[in-house]
Amino acid sequence: MEKKTKISAENGQQEILITREFDLPLDLLFKAYAEPEIVEQWMGTKVLKLENKQHGGWQFETTDPHGNVVFRANGVVHDFVPNERITRTFEMENTNFAPQLEFLNFEKLTDNTSKLTIQIIYKSVELRDQQLKLPFAQGINMAHNRLEEIVNQLK
Amino acid sequence: MEIRRDVFQAIADPTRRAILSLVAIQAMTPGTIAENFESSRQTISKHIKILTECELLEQQQNGREIYYHINAKKIKEVADFIEPFRKMWDDRFNKLEDIMKNYKPKND
Repeated sequence: MEKKTKISAENGQQEILITREFDLPLDLLFKAYAEPEIVEQWMGTKVLKLENKQHGGWQFETTDPHGNVVFRANGVVHDFVPNERITRTFEMENTNFAPQLEFLNFEKLTDNTSKLTIQIIYKSVELRDQQLKLPFAQGINMAHNRLEEIVNQLK
Repeated sequence: MEIRRDVFQAIADPTRRAILSLVAIQAMTPGTIAENFESSRQTISKHIKILTECELLEQQQNGREIYYHINAKKIKEVADFIEPFRKMWDDRFNKLEDIMKNYKPKND
């Protein structure tokens, strides 16, 4: 089966390209990025601020079941053209990761399909590679935590 | 004739994967690794031997002790670091697609 979401990350480059084709008309795809209550649903995060305009700001926050903030990110909207593009910065708060620049391009394929291309530019090649490996490292850690749980139960 | 060890076969075994994820956090002696498992020390030694033969683990002599640490270069060859990243986005976008397929515009 062909993978719907594609990642292109060439060696030694400080950018990545994420592409995805959707079985959705262009305006619905764009709406999913523009409406805070919809963003919250698919991103699984709380939208504190989302100003869809030039020089607007945005801020997302994710909390664990105990109400502790586990993730907070913010950025500036540089450009916002409905059904066409969003240009924005993205910065994870309380980390040493430098902000990244994101170009989101929305394209109509047919009346019922559309395509999203996200180009993300990082401060350095190292930072890009680090970000790419984050979910992999988390996976290993999770496996390790599970193992710890099992081991603790045996004690 | 020497049996050629297959790295994919090596990481297909759950105990060996667990050993790798343990050692990924920090270098360990065979004894410390074995303490984390119910299996006998011999069984764990056998797994460590296989992982070492496929160069997924590397030995390091430290005084009288032998420490095993992960060979990141080899792991990189077999495990696709990007796949979990891709999957994270794919899951998000699948969710987006599902939500928008059921989207009803508000008329109030």
